[in-house]
Amino acid sequence: MGKHIRTINKRGLTRRKEVACGECQTSCQSACKTSCTVGNQVCLKEKKN
Amino acid sequence: MIHCFSVRGTRLVLDAHSQMLHEVDELVWALLCGGFTESGEAVRALGARYPAAEIAAALAEIEELRAQELLFAPDPHAGYEPPPPQVKALCLNVAHHCNLACRYCFAGAPETGEQLMTPEVARRAVDFLVTRSGGRRHVEIDFFGGEPLLNFPVIAETVAYARTRAAAAGKEVGFTVTTNGLLLTPEVRRFLLANRVNVVLSLDGRPEVHDRLRCTAGGRGSYRTVLPRIRQFVSDWEAWDGPRGYYYLRGTFTRHNLDFADDFRYLVGLGFTNISLEPVVALPDADYALREEDLPRVHREYERLADIYLELVRENAAVRFFHFELDLDEGSCLPKRLSGCGAGHAYLAVDAGGDLYPCHQFIGRREFVLGSVFAGELRSDLVESFRHAHVYSKEGCTDCWAKFLCSGGCHAHAVLESGSLLRPSRLGCATMRSRLQAALYVQAVNRMNS
Ligand code: SF4
Ligand code: SF4
Repeated sequence: MGKHIRTINKRGLTRRKEVACGECQTSCQSACKTSCTVGNQVCLKEKKN
Repeated sequence: MIHCFSVRGTRLVLDAHSQMLHEVDELVWALLCGGFTESGEAVRALGARYPAAEIAAALAEIEELRAQELLFAPDPHAGYEPPPPQVKALCLNVAHHCNLACRYCFAGAPETGEQLMTPEVARRAVDFLVTRSGGRRHVEIDFFGGEPLLNFPVIAETVAYARTRAAAAGKEVGFTVTTNGLLLTPEVRRFLLANRVNVVLSLDGRPEVHDRLRCTAGGRGSYRTVLPRIRQFVSDWEAWDGPRGYYYLRGTFTRHNLDFADDFRYLVGLGFTNISLEPVVALPDADYALREEDLPRVHREYERLADIYLELVRENAAVRFFHFELDLDEGSCLPKRLSGCGAGHAYLAVDAGGDLYPCHQFIGRREFVLGSVFAGELRSDLVESFRHAHVYSKEGCTDCWAKFLCSGGCHAHAVLESGSLLRPSRLGCATMRSRLQAALYVQAVNRMNS
């Protein structure tokens, strides 16, 4: 943690570059459905590990 | 690529490519916004306000993060090629027919006729999903409409059939139903809970907001009829002690309620905890459609919603606003972020007669028919054009800081607004970015407080 910069999250995308197991929920982002953006998805693989 | 933004005095910097979020002080903010990398130049510009040693120390911190690729990280996937088409989810339009006549509904056009899906079509759709999903273990079926519960017997039968078919193929199937709540009878409620069906309930918020657009065919508001039924379902859900799906209350906001943060507060006040509010998707001439001139107001409203959310979560930790639930550490992998909703190749919709479309919003537009659950082949030109519509091919996305959170926006909205899959909706982009900033701010505040 720097004096001028506080990093909020512990890890970014770099370590999740190539998972692509295709198991997480589909993510429609329109108003008429659950409207999931990919950002608020849970990775099924990570959760199980 | 970085994106600097501040909300309520909190200065945040998102590194778009690594998805790292940083809170920075005034000095770093000035350095990053000014694009300074070299200390001589920075001291000349900012020396009157900060000691040179401080400027050098701040630049060193920036450089350290850059070296770790946590700031100014390179684009991880230039030259992206999408994965081969493979179906994962089907939306079954089991009832192209509704017991309400909501003014903003895209399924509501009377000329498409009223139709219920037969059990035979539904079974063929399940077969299609099981055989076309290849090695994927988790597949999904959404029941949609119109009002899907108008065809409850077919839903019940399809759930049972899909479970058996999927199990025989070593797969698990998840179910979701989106309903206006009118037909949530005791039998239906029990069925949905016992079968772990995810339930999305349409309720727009304050009674006058809901009633303005969610009306009966006779034009009367539906709030008073719908609310007790939705409440009953949610109270059964809360009392259920076995495994269960999720529920979400889903409201739509329009230019008639740009103060939609008050609808969120109202719904929480009614005792609901899982809430989502979405901007309406509409043709520009509709009176309720969001307009360009509404965007600054929408932006401010998402910030107000963030304040209200943070206040309400302090009182009840169970409160959720769907779009603020960003998972900065365990969220989806990069390939998922690039493929987005998968409409047209991973996610397809089936109309009541068995025709396949790229997604539920295209149903009824014959030029988008991909094939049928009764025939083998899909129209490959269409599948390919959807598959190749992603953040590296859509106009403006590659240079957009939101690309790995938004994944290129809604194709249907793009086609509706610009006529092209490759040109995202400007209104959609603006609301998406405002909402994402508010979500990132909420995450930052939560983490800084914990
Ligand atoms: S195109 Fe739009 S409406 Fe269709 S599935 Fe994708 S995000 Fe949802
Ligand atoms: S669709 Fe719009 S908001 Fe989303 S990544 Fe593309 S340009 Fe950005």
